[in-house]
Amino acid sequence: MSKWDWSYVWEALPYLYRGAIVTVQATVLSFAIALVLGLIIALIRQSPNRYVSTAMTEVVEFIRSTPLLLQVFFVYFVGPQFGILIPAWTAGISMLGIHYAAYCSEVYRAGILAVEEGQWEACTALNLSRIRTWRTIILPQAIPPIVPALGNYFVGMFKETPILAAIAILEMLQQAKIFGANNYRYTEAIVMVGFFFLVFSLAASAIVQSVSIWLNRRYRLQ
Amino acid sequence: MNEPRIRFENAAKSYGSLTVLDNPETACNEKVMNEPMVRFENVTKRYGALTVLDELNLDIARNEKVCIIGPSGSGKTTVLRMLMTLEQIQGGVIWVDGEPLTHMQKNGHLVPASDRHLRRVRSKIGMVFQHFNLFPHMTALQNCMEAPVSVLGLPKKQAEERAAELLDMVGLSDKRNHFPIQLSGGQKQRVAIARALAMRPKVMLFDEVTSALDPELIGEVLNVIRKLGAEHDLTMLMVTHQMGFAKEFSDRVCFFYGGKIVEQGPPDQLLGNPQNERTRQFLSAVLEAR
Repeated sequence: MSKWDWSYVWEALPYLYRGAIVTVQATVLSFAIALVLGLIIALIRQSPNRYVSTAMTEVVEFIRSTPLLLQVFFVYFVGPQFGILIPAWTAGISMLGIHYAAYCSEVYRAGILAVEEGQWEACTALNLSRIRTWRTIILPQAIPPIVPALGNYFVGMFKETPILAAIAILEMLQQAKIFGANNYRYTEAIVMVGFFFLVFSLAASAIVQSVSIWLNRRYRLQ
Repeated sequence: MNEPRIRFENAAKSYGSLTVLDNPETACNEKVMNEPMVRFENVTKRYGALTVLDELNLDIARNEKVCIIGPSGSGKTTVLRMLMTLEQIQGGVIWVDGEPLTHMQKNGHLVPASDRHLRRVRSKIGMVFQHFNLFPHMTALQNCMEAPVSVLGLPKKQAEERAAELLDMVGLSDKRNHFPIQLSGGQKQRVAIARALAMRPKVMLFDEVTSALDPELIGEVLNVIRKLGAEHDLTMLMVTHQMGFAKEFSDRVCFFYGGKIVEQGPPDQLLGNPQNERTRQFLSAVLEAR
């Protein structure tokens, strides 16, 4: 038996293909949740009401200080004990999204705080409404510089999707494991998964970088 | 006695197509004309235990040009920032055009203003900042269009015409589509002036608008302000270190020291023959630095 056998590579492909689709779907959906929810959290944290902003800060701190795996288990296994039945896919995607929303909110916050105080003052002097100030003045300046940092979390989250295997979601690594167990042969499948993660991460980084360059040019920020 | 002394009937005043007065059928009687445009009544500003302004009383008449001078930390910029509602006040009332700014009248009492009231009164005031505060992601034209479109609800086309006209007035018609980063300091400040004027304020505040500029660029900005003062009915309040400009431009100069107006008067008198010891010290120090 040789150390590397190409026939196993071809045999494993359909498994890995199914897994890869699940992995990519999970990443894109969860990250969409993280992006939107993270922004909402960051905006709530800027609330002039101190109770509201402090409460939000505590929630973010709580989410960041407990393991993602525990959060996923909590929703999937503990939820049903209280009559809350959430399908594995929904539970996995939303917890991954919420967990990363907490991280992304910190990034958004850094971007928002980096906008000069004078921009706010100009908005007040011109009598712009609060919503208009955020939408057309503050966020277009706050977001382009933080795209690379958000992109890091995108790639980071992608690499954490195997955690979904713990609640029986057949993502790519789990598929490789099943294939390995069925054939008593792990080498090819595991290496291929690693290779896919590498390629996808590099591609994602490149996309993030071009988005960043485009946004900074679009809004004339250096 | 109820017959107004002065009556404007369908009066209109235009500069090119820039209409300043548009058929106001309002009768202006003596009382309204004599009422100050801005009144600070016992206004106090504190940061914690530090009192920046102590029971300030200051009236500014309609169309009056007032320069505020004084050493740093004397509270002069705070006066403008309070009027622009960038700073909260801890005591007293600010009146703008006969209405309280951060308060409103309810059953004969003054209560804190609602957001709506605040925005309505604030719309009478425009401000130009030391560091321009232009929106970096918008062209000069877009900078001047943003507020008229979103606050006044002007149609885009009309807002663009107004913005173009104002940029023309400040001598930047060829820079319409430039972004702030492509402009010099003096040009940026002129765009900022046009941007503030696009909202048609009655009061313009200038906060050390030439302090961040290279010396050779100061003139172009002051020329625009000079022109504004000569051609428009604007009440202007200006914090400045340009004594020469203050002397030639203003109707009155106020010298601030330690959160109080120590001395005020016509520029010739205050700058030429100051009565207060502190004023003399300040002026001689400023002149020596030249």
